[in-house]
Amino acid sequence: MGEPGRTMLAKIWDQHVIARVSEDTDLLHIDRHLLHDLGGSRGLLDLKGRGLKVHSPELTFATPDHAISTAHGRAGTSKIGQELLATLRIETSASRIQLFDVDQPGQGIVHVIGPELGLSLPGCTIVCGDSHTCTHGGLGALAFGIGSSELTHVLATQALIQRRPKTMRVKFEGKLPLGITAKDMILALIGHIGAAGGTGYAVEYAGNAIRDLPIEGRLTICNLSIELGAKMGMVAPDEKTFEFLRGRPYAPQGETWELAVSAWRQLPSDANAIFDREVVIDVEKIIPQVTWGISPEHVIGVDGHIPDPESIDDPARRAAIETALEYMGLKGGAPIAGTPVDWVFIGSCTNSRLSDLRAAAEIARGRKVAPGVRAWVVPGSENVKRDAVAEGLDKVFTEAGFEWREPGCSMCLAANGETVGPGQRSVSTSNRNFVGRQGPRARTHLASPASAAAAAIAGAIADVRTMGC
Amino acid sequence: MPQPFNKLTAIAAPIMRSNIDTDVIIRIERLVGNSIRGTLGKWAFGSLRYLPDGSENPEFILNRDPYRQAEILVTGPNFGCGSSREGAVWSLQEMGVRAIIGSGFGDIFFANCFQNGILPIVVDEAIVDSLAAEIEATQGAGRVSVDLEAQTIVSPSGKRHAFAIDPRRREGLLQGLDEVALTLQRDNEIRAFQAADRAQRPWIHFARKSA
Repeated sequence: MGEPGRTMLAKIWDQHVIARVSEDTDLLHIDRHLLHDLGGSRGLLDLKGRGLKVHSPELTFATPDHAISTAHGRAGTSKIGQELLATLRIETSASRIQLFDVDQPGQGIVHVIGPELGLSLPGCTIVCGDSHTCTHGGLGALAFGIGSSELTHVLATQALIQRRPKTMRVKFEGKLPLGITAKDMILALIGHIGAAGGTGYAVEYAGNAIRDLPIEGRLTICNLSIELGAKMGMVAPDEKTFEFLRGRPYAPQGETWELAVSAWRQLPSDANAIFDREVVIDVEKIIPQVTWGISPEHVIGVDGHIPDPESIDDPARRAAIETALEYMGLKGGAPIAGTPVDWVFIGSCTNSRLSDLRAAAEIARGRKVAPGVRAWVVPGSENVKRDAVAEGLDKVFTEAGFEWREPGCSMCLAANGETVGPGQRSVSTSNRNFVGRQGPRARTHLASPASAAAAAIAGAIADVRTMGC
Repeated sequence: MPQPFNKLTAIAAPIMRSNIDTDVIIRIERLVGNSIRGTLGKWAFGSLRYLPDGSENPEFILNRDPYRQAEILVTGPNFGCGSSREGAVWSLQEMGVRAIIGSGFGDIFFANCFQNGILPIVVDEAIVDSLAAEIEATQGAGRVSVDLEAQTIVSPSGKRHAFAIDPRRREGLLQGLDEVALTLQRDNEIRAFQAADRAQRPWIHFARKSA
């Protein structure tokens, strides 16, 4: 019996310790700081107000995504959205921070462009003033969301004081059935351990079903870590990771590339590493997932029934379900499939990459959006948009009656005023079905891109497996 | 810079629904702008606090006396989950909240509280439930005391509950320490780290853009 092995978290963490602050808390170096228009411009102004300068502008990158319109020509960006964008331009330029501006390759949702540009790399620490920064963990990075104060701290010092989290390993085992996607896997996990199941943990996703996933699927898995309560989620880098990154604009090249890859090969958790918690999920039992309530843990299979509060004994749980059903305008005990929808949103940092758009287009091809349904496709970045157009996906969508839009966060959080109307029902490929998330009193059902496309065609929540996926 | 926190005896309001996310605490459209500080207090819990026509929802606890004066919230599981928006903490602070007692909080919200001088206290769910029950039994009149130095909560009936807290966080709150200023004192260490790391992981460190 030797020493227990080290987890990937421990390896990455230890490599970034500038100084120990207390027994379990360290001052960590931050390798990549991503800024967006909502928090980034405010952070830069805050820093200036304190009379401080950006510590390491060459490790800081910015793009507008939250508050800009996704209409053609960015028509309809609000006055305040334009102000935020103007500030971001002025302040990034003054601080010599690289900005990927609207209509330029490189612009997009921060969590789409980081991996796409090769800014996000295995073993690096990445922060952004956005909770879905955990997405970048799909490449084997230690990535997490921070608030405004911590954002200012990173701008000023390129470092952050963090308490070492507990570790959880989630093994997804088995062969993914046809029609089941990364989104269904992670929603099933959230349903299994709850929206607070990961609180205080850094989660490592492992198992052969994770190894089988392409990188974009791993990004989707890690993206929803925060909906599990975990600030950080990660997948060990492997040959797929290296192939994904090779040749990307900010990825290392030549000899440095070789050096980097040999360092990245050392990152995976040792076989004898011990985790504070282990969870195993059999993916062969997963069916397409859809949420019915107001927390991502309110999730069931598309062939399932909405929970009936009458059948719940625990009064607190019963009340919680009643509150959710009232908000959602649903009846307990009814089947979820067949619930009519008004909106379909395909986009967000969860599901707006090329593979997501391809999966949705497969369902949309040769079919029509049901009368009365508005369906949007919002690509995750300018590059995703151009790639999708190059292979004709935009045509597939528009011919089917979907609206094809410009890249941005859009209706995932409705910061730019693009909302689902009060009382209207949306099937969304985003990450949060919170009260009012897509607009005041909007009702959101989370699902995979293929399931969302199926809902658009059927005009109701539908089982994508019956639609030739 | 956070305001220091030492001790507090105040009206406490139980908000026991689980998974109250930061979107519910403050809606996104209130946060779009460069100068939002000071405007958020009236929008905290907006979707619970106001009816669709904009009038106050009389059912919501913070619209009832004496809970309107609450400086302590007693919260259900996973309070503050979801978005990293620090505006959630700012909005609570602007409506007068200074401490939050719950069985668990969203990790990012929890960290944001300390950055603003708000004390989030994690205790067992049974203690949260008993505090909520005692407060409700006095219709909110019974005050709750929180003592950070002694790490205790005293319920309206005088029951004492100890709580644990990261010693560094405790010190930071007691003194109202500014983390940015403290870390900047270590800038030599940060720059030394970067120089050594550049040799070890050259792919991380880019050249600076010229003026």
